[in-house]
Amino acid sequence: MRHMLRQLLQSGRFLIGFGIFASILLTVLIYPLFINDPPLEIVSRGTFLAPGIYVNVYDSMNFSTHYTLILDDAVAQRVGARLNDEDRLAMQEWLLAAGVLEGEINIEDTAALIELWNSNFDPSVRVPGMTNADRNYYIRLTDSLEGLLATEGAIVAVPNQTTGVLEETGVINQSDYVNIGEVPNFRVLPLGTDNFGRDVLTELVSATGTSLTIGFVAGAVATAIGLLLGLVSGYVGGFVDDIIVFITNLFTVIPSFVLLILISFSIGQEQRGAFTIAVVIGLTSWVWTARAVRAQVISLRNRDHVNLSKLSGHSIAYILAMDILPYIASYVVMALILQISSGILAEAGLSILGLGPRTTEVPTLGLMMNWSMIYQAHILGKWWAYFPVILVIALISFSMNLMNTGLDRVFNPTLRG
Amino acid sequence: MKSDSVILSGKGVAKIFGFGAHKTVAVDHVDFSFRAGEVISIVGESGSGKTTLAKMLLGLQTPTAGEIYFEGHLRDIRSHRQKREYWKNIQAIFQDPFSAYNIFRRIDAVLLDCIRMRGGGRLPYEQKVEMMREACRFVNLKFDELTNKYPFELSGGQQQRLMIARIFLLKPKILLADEPTSMIDACSRATILDMLMALRTEIGMTPIFITHDIGLAYYVSDSVYIMERGKFVESGSADSVILTPREAYTRRLLNDVPKLHEEWDLSTV
Ligand SMILES: Nc1ncnc2c1ncn2[C@@H]1O[C@H](COP(=O)(O)OP(=O)(O)OP(=O)(O)O)[C@@H](O)[C@H]1O
Ligand SMILES: [Mg+2]
Repeated sequence: MRHMLRQLLQSGRFLIGFGIFASILLTVLIYPLFINDPPLEIVSRGTFLAPGIYVNVYDSMNFSTHYTLILDDAVAQRVGARLNDEDRLAMQEWLLAAGVLEGEINIEDTAALIELWNSNFDPSVRVPGMTNADRNYYIRLTDSLEGLLATEGAIVAVPNQTTGVLEETGVINQSDYVNIGEVPNFRVLPLGTDNFGRDVLTELVSATGTSLTIGFVAGAVATAIGLLLGLVSGYVGGFVDDIIVFITNLFTVIPSFVLLILISFSIGQEQRGAFTIAVVIGLTSWVWTARAVRAQVISLRNRDHVNLSKLSGHSIAYILAMDILPYIASYVVMALILQISSGILAEAGLSILGLGPRTTEVPTLGLMMNWSMIYQAHILGKWWAYFPVILVIALISFSMNLMNTGLDRVFNPTLRG
Repeated sequence: MKSDSVILSGKGVAKIFGFGAHKTVAVDHVDFSFRAGEVISIVGESGSGKTTLAKMLLGLQTPTAGEIYFEGHLRDIRSHRQKREYWKNIQAIFQDPFSAYNIFRRIDAVLLDCIRMRGGGRLPYEQKVEMMREACRFVNLKFDELTNKYPFELSGGQQQRLMIARIFLLKPKILLADEPTSMIDACSRATILDMLMALRTEIGMTPIFITHDIGLAYYVSDSVYIMERGKFVESGSADSVILTPREAYTRRLLNDVPKLHEEWDLSTV
């Protein structure tokens, strides 16, 4: 055992793979201890809020002390956020097209540019080559320029209870700040929200957990069936082998994913829990494990150490367990790891087709992909709704493959130094 | 210790691998009868079917045709229990010691298997250790240095001696030694042969040597069977076959051995 651990710790690849996998697993386990919001809770009205810290505006106006910070670049930042370099170039383009001389335009000087713009821009003028979308953009831009260079603060007014007349209650100056720590309500959405307005990070962590479970169950089922059939068929041979090979071939001719789709479809939405899906994935993907194990066993069964074991009076079960299995253990563990990661991918594939686990209980990585595709996150550029999901799937597969390559030395005692 | 009782014999024993065009007749309907107490050698060049015949004699492969008789009765080893009974009587030493052991099992386990096979599974552990120690002493190994080691941690010669220690514990009636010295150096070779011959007198078994080395066969055996492409082309007492060979094949095998008619020198065996 110590030997094994030492060997493992010396394998850089295994350590990296294990490190990545363990951090994913730990995140899945620890995250809910701190943030135990239900993963499918809808937190925002409106969809696809970008990642960021959402600070309550009302609270920061009314319940928080306002501090004055004298920051030189505050105005520049504010103007820059409204009117960036692209906007300036677009304005220049329009002005040039509208006949303003190039020498008159200075896109660096904000005040002059806005003045020039306001005196020249006319939404009804059609500039050649301008599309309707461009026109709308210019109108929006013009609106947003209003009051951009104002220096006075914003006035807060509340209607009088009896008269209904607005009464000024305070002024918010341009140099006023609140301390986020003093604002009673804010919400960090590190990965924004998805199409339903759910917190993507919380959902992702929960989905990763579910998908890993699906992967483990599917991998365990597939490996158990494949291993058993492969061992028996390879070692016993004869008629038993013929039958098992026939069944295996039958499953090989029908692509397992097609089978998976058919079974999932016929189970029906109501019955499709995450566990059911995992078992179905396992039941349809044992074929290549069985084939590979059978081939390995056939090459082992006539080895002298097996003969010696027979001559020592051991039973078939004992020989399979002690003389065959250890020799293919590394292989089986690798097959298991691959089955787990392909189980996760199979679930993702099924869910993208809308045949995954039913959607009301738990999120899975596949379901998240499915939702973000249906709601066109990839077309709308809402990367936070799908990219983290893809990244997690990739990291899980990658880390498992890395661990795989590090395992071989451990299982083969003759390689131990 | 020679006796006239036939311990193992066969009639028309054959093994054919594959079908049709890919057919290989590894053993071609051979007849033989091995007498208890004799040292028997089966000699043939590489690929002549020696190992295949040995595997059939051991019951590790089923003959395609023919019958094998053990102690005068038709051998019946279809069930696991019958096989186990049979293997109490016939054991083997394999050609390549490096692949003959399970690399995941310790030396103790290998030897304990033999004690259990002889019905000593329930003996107190101290007694088992004493038996293993004795077996190791017989082959010049120190059990206390070997315990908890793996067979692959030993040298080829030591592994082959461990194999003999197994036989010492098992005390079978027949030992099939398939080129027991082919994978080890000349020095250990003589030691191994001496130990096997000593073991023969110690437990009174019938050794069957399988070898491509007719010199070795002459050195150790009473009866010799010459095998060519699956057939026994010549057989008889070692002296008659080797000193007055009838077949060209036998003569060719003899020519490969340098100094046969001189005094046999142990160190070159
Ligand atoms: N499992 C098998 N399947 C097919 N052919 C086999 C098998 N085992 C042996 N043979 C063939 O049978 C023939 C005899 O092989 P065998 O191993 O008995 O030879 P051998 O006399 O022991 O040779 P060597 O001295 O090299 O060990 C060879 O032609 C070999 O290719
Ligand atoms: Mg051979």
